[in-house]
Amino acid sequence: MSNNPYIKFTSQKVAMPYLVFALILFVGQILFGLIMGLQYIIGDFLFPLIPFNIARMVHTNLLIVWLLFGFMGAAYYLIPEEADRELHSPKLAMILFWIFATAGVLTILGYLFVPYAGLAQMTGNDLLPTMGREFLEQPLITKVGIVVVCLGFLYNVGMTVLKGRKTAINVVMMTGLIGLAVMFLFSFYNPDNLTRDKFYWWYVVHLWVEGVWELIMAAMLAYVLIKITGVDREVIEKWLYVIVAMALISGILGTGHHYFWIGAPTVWLWVGSIFSTLEPLPFFAMVLFAFNMINRRRREHPNKAAALWAMGTTVTAFLGAGVWGFLHTLAPVNYYTHGTQLTAAHGHLAFYGAYALIVMTLISYAMPKLRGLGEAADNKAQVLEMWGFWLMTISMVFITLFLSAAGVVQIWLQRMPEDGAALSFMATQDQLMIFYWFRLAAGVVFLVGLVCYLLSFRQRGRAALTTGVVAGHA
Amino acid sequence: MSETFTKGMARNIYYGGSLFFVLVFLALTYHTERTVPERTNSHLLTESVVRGKLVWEENNCIGCHSLLGEGAYFAPELGNVFVRRGGEEGFKFFLPAWMKAQPTNIPGRRQMPQFNLTDAQLDDLAEFLKWTSKINTNNWPPNKEG
Ligand code: HEM
Ligand code: HEM
Ligand SMILES: [Fe+2]
Repeated sequence: MSNNPYIKFTSQKVAMPYLVFALILFVGQILFGLIMGLQYIIGDFLFPLIPFNIARMVHTNLLIVWLLFGFMGAAYYLIPEEADRELHSPKLAMILFWIFATAGVLTILGYLFVPYAGLAQMTGNDLLPTMGREFLEQPLITKVGIVVVCLGFLYNVGMTVLKGRKTAINVVMMTGLIGLAVMFLFSFYNPDNLTRDKFYWWYVVHLWVEGVWELIMAAMLAYVLIKITGVDREVIEKWLYVIVAMALISGILGTGHHYFWIGAPTVWLWVGSIFSTLEPLPFFAMVLFAFNMINRRRREHPNKAAALWAMGTTVTAFLGAGVWGFLHTLAPVNYYTHGTQLTAAHGHLAFYGAYALIVMTLISYAMPKLRGLGEAADNKAQVLEMWGFWLMTISMVFITLFLSAAGVVQIWLQRMPEDGAALSFMATQDQLMIFYWFRLAAGVVFLVGLVCYLLSFRQRGRAALTTGVVAGHA
Repeated sequence: MSETFTKGMARNIYYGGSLFFVLVFLALTYHTERTVPERTNSHLLTESVVRGKLVWEENNCIGCHSLLGEGAYFAPELGNVFVRRGGEEGFKFFLPAWMKAQPTNIPGRRQMPQFNLTDAQLDDLAEFLKWTSKINTNNWPPNKEG
């Protein structure tokens, strides 16, 4: 394919379209986030053209799909290198890319241009009802498409690992990806009993973000850390196993923090509270991991931005998932916070810190090499990239703080008082407008950060000999 | 990390620990399955309730509302709307009237779309929300405002 000297195996190049497309969808996600941010304040904004529920579906589904593209791109990049051989079939990877991209775009267009009930009729939802559940709104055919793409993908990277070197990073990454596909199968199971429906719905959602996705995140982090620090593989892989052990030991039973109020038995009040209290541990371990490895680095890698993303993802994930997660995870607390703006605050910082940032960490490391720019982008591009990091991350922290403030006031007015004294939901929302304005402003700054970040990809030629950058920063 | 704690030991904890907790999780799932029929009054889960759940799903109500605290936070909780809006006597009248009055078109106010549901669909939806309100949720929500 090419004579790019910066990548070890030509087939790693298939990662490129996946990573680029991921970022395109990310832009779409943010635009719909801003639309909703405005609808929270001006209730009839864009109504009935884009009702809130449609905007929300586009926002969250784009998020999930761009992260899936990111994970797949990451796998196509790092698995051949770790396995020390070419990808089993680059052609299959490209075919699957086009299938997934087309299906994704068509689904989003369907959401936007066909009334949802009509989409359900058109796609045969009555035969096997799976639609209309949060995050799993996709028509049956899209869900089947996702499974097909995942199977082809797992076959492709799986064969690569089987025929090649089986490093701990590859094993953990594969386990995470297989787990992702297996847990998604529960999206086809939609019992008539709402409690059972919700119970297995969390098998997908919780066991993704607080289970198998953590394996993917940890493997990607370990890979980038090996590359940019040159620390001994034995040390890195030991950390990796400790982190993923903590993740699953706490996260599997931690699912119980969603089983407090949906009709499941009371044993979950204890199991969910106790085990989910342990869930911040793997995130904390990732912070220690990244900072320790970078402090103990054996080489000065010219990609300073990649190191910033790597440290940034662990800290932000610890704040969003660990701290904000713990804040509302004990049953007596969750009794009041459940389903308030506090939940939205946590969802944002956790998803952004852990999964958006880990994908951008890998992009930061891999993209200059994939593009043939060198070991790293030039200094100017890196500075812009780091501006993007800080603007997005700081504004997301502020979004989280404003939503948390809104959540606390909401709980105070609507949840804590007795019947009769409590304010209604809608009346409470009116009291929260100031926070929603601030959230929207922070969202606009987030968009500015995203634009900075995207502009950092404008560099075309190769970087001037990168040792110069090293000397300047070391 | 210390030298005496090896990568092999870490790997074994990962595999052993995960397997153990998967098994505990499956056991608790079994326990849940055993208790859910009573906690949700599954003998009252009629055909109409099942159809009502499908109406709920196919109109993506969860995209604005929460149901038992899960979903979106743009519009009121509906797990207990049966209790809040009329109960046994009133809810059957409240819901169709409400649905038919949407959107309010009050400028600046959050708007709920017109879904053009049939009377039969409205009836099923009401049955679904009524059944949902009787699930044993460990006393959540704290008050009727949801
Ligand atoms: C990166 C990891 C995580 C992500 C991406 C994440 C994301 C989310 C999201 C999106 C929701 C809302 C789900 C819904 O729509 O109903 C949620 C709920 C919740 N999360 Fe997390 N979370 C993560 C980790 C954690 C951790 C580590 C904890 C506990 C220490 C935690 C505790 C909770 C709790 C208690 C809820 C339920 C909130 C409620 O009752 O409304 N999360 N999480
Ligand atoms: C400009 C920035 C953004 C704005 C203004 C925004 C706004 C919103 C709004 C209004 C909702 C719906 C809340 C509701 O149901 O009432 C939402 C949901 C959500 N957004 Fe964003 N968003 C932004 C960026 C992001 C980013 C960067 C991520 C993740 C990387 C993200 C992840 C989510 C998730 C996971 C949910 C579902 C939350 C839950 O169910 O608890 N958003 N967003
Ligand atoms: Fe969870």
